[in-house]
Amino acid sequence: MSSALTSMNSANPVTSASHMSHTRLARGISVLGAWLLALMWITPLLYAIWAAFHPSEFATKLVLNAPVTFANFVSAWEAAPFASYFLNTTILVTGILCMQLVLCTLAAYAFARYEFLGKNILFSLVLIQLMVMPEILIVRNYQTLTQLGLVDTLFGIGLPYFASAFAIFLLRQTFKTIPAELVEAAVMEGASQMQILRHVYIPLAKPVYLAFALVSVSYHWNNFLWPLVVSNSVGSRPLTVGLQVFSSTDQGIDWSIITAATLLTSAPLLIGFLIFQKQFVQSFMRAGIK
Amino acid sequence: MRYHVVRNVYAYLLLLPAFVFLVGFTHYPAMATLLDSFMSTPRAGRAASFVGMQNYQDMLADPIFWKSAINNLWFALATIPVSIALSIGMALWVNDKIAGRSFLRMAYFLPTVLPMIAVANIWIFFYTPGYGLINQVLQALGFSSQNWLGDPGLVLGSVIVVAIWKEAGFFMIFYLAALQALSPSYKEAAQIEGASAWYFFRRIQWPLLMPTTVFVLVNALINAFRMVDHIIVMTKGGPDNASSLILFYLYEIGFKFWDQGYASVLTVVLLLILAVVGLLQFFILDRRTHYQ
Repeated sequence: MSSALTSMNSANPVTSASHMSHTRLARGISVLGAWLLALMWITPLLYAIWAAFHPSEFATKLVLNAPVTFANFVSAWEAAPFASYFLNTTILVTGILCMQLVLCTLAAYAFARYEFLGKNILFSLVLIQLMVMPEILIVRNYQTLTQLGLVDTLFGIGLPYFASAFAIFLLRQTFKTIPAELVEAAVMEGASQMQILRHVYIPLAKPVYLAFALVSVSYHWNNFLWPLVVSNSVGSRPLTVGLQVFSSTDQGIDWSIITAATLLTSAPLLIGFLIFQKQFVQSFMRAGIK
Repeated sequence: MRYHVVRNVYAYLLLLPAFVFLVGFTHYPAMATLLDSFMSTPRAGRAASFVGMQNYQDMLADPIFWKSAINNLWFALATIPVSIALSIGMALWVNDKIAGRSFLRMAYFLPTVLPMIAVANIWIFFYTPGYGLINQVLQALGFSSQNWLGDPGLVLGSVIVVAIWKEAGFFMIFYLAALQALSPSYKEAAQIEGASAWYFFRRIQWPLLMPTTVFVLVNALINAFRMVDHIIVMTKGGPDNASSLILFYLYEIGFKFWDQGYASVLTVVLLLILAVVGLLQFFILDRRTHYQ
């Protein structure tokens, strides 16, 4: 590698000068490309903001002095039970997260701290869920819910996600890095197994818990297919399904109201993301590194 | 010895609650689906009966299945390389000392946090014939307006663009994490030696990013067979099944036609694809560890 690099350096001063301007040009094009791509990437959001905050006659044309209005949000909010949908999504997302945290902490603790018969096989069985997510198995899982009498309930929507292979994997990795001396010290002081988990393992894994929480919340806030199949009333419909029902029933293609509803649905995540941008990106990064 | 038994039991007890849900909603349904795929669909007054390979034969004779499978193949072949290439570009830019770096990072990552079903509504407007944003731009440039979601020749490409837009920023994060973990001495050495940015990327960064690429590739493959939200919202698989994907077709068969036997076969197909992806990952990862 270093020989290849030094051969690059043997250019004479003249070509080296043209090389300089060449790289500056390349650099300029690169920066321009980065910005163009970024603009393309946020255009849908910018458009949604434009259409939602202006009267519908301006939805399809950009007039700089168009009046700003909140009427689209009011119409959207009144046209569908968005308050219930918000409540449903909030309950669903927090419920799933709480169950995941408890169940997966216990499982990860078992995998990280104990030796037992069939440990590797059981761990492989966990990892299968990373590939085969519950939504692939919608038909059979729907039958299970029917048998349990949980169709059209929030509990039924959350149920398949209570155990997350991703969380178990992530926490196990973290728990395994906890120094044995800390655990031994706790044992010496007579701490029980559960106390060791609570006072040694969990506090040291805090950043990973935060990372997983952000990933889980944004995943389930946005989840659509399974809730669409399971819910069929206002009482159990999360925001995503509610928005779909709202925008597919005849709104007379009033884009302004649909975009207002779209922004309403995304707002909590969007605002959360803009405020905690750094944590968000870092969490996803942390969750991605094994 | 007795101590060991106790610890074994203790570990199993810790695992039990998670396994109830894992087995109940992943392993059991996967096995049950396999059995169901050899059974007829139970109808009113008629229980499911064993039909052997009948459902499989029906599937192989079903042109809509083939259409969906081929669409899905193109969907994967287009979304995966493009979104990976874009995500690497994004990560390199954002990792660099570029003007407006935090804005760029925010812009790239934004689609990841927005619900697909919400942004699909905005994309429907972009693609609207006549006054949709893309057609307005095309017409301003002197081209003719296209019916992006209504033309069987254009619709698959249109939903592919949305998928790439949605996932490239997500993959960027993994590359960004990997780039930040690379030792800065590589970069310093390359600068001292006067290596071009492209040379540095091709000979140093790209090989070092290989494990990340494998990870992202596997995720992209899974996504290619799992992303259907935008199909349901934007096209419903149409026109003429031109944008139907396997999971979308499975959803239609399972919950529009309530044909459980046939839906089970389609699920088995998806499970097989995921199994292949899993094995692929296993072997590539295996090879990777050999030369590290």
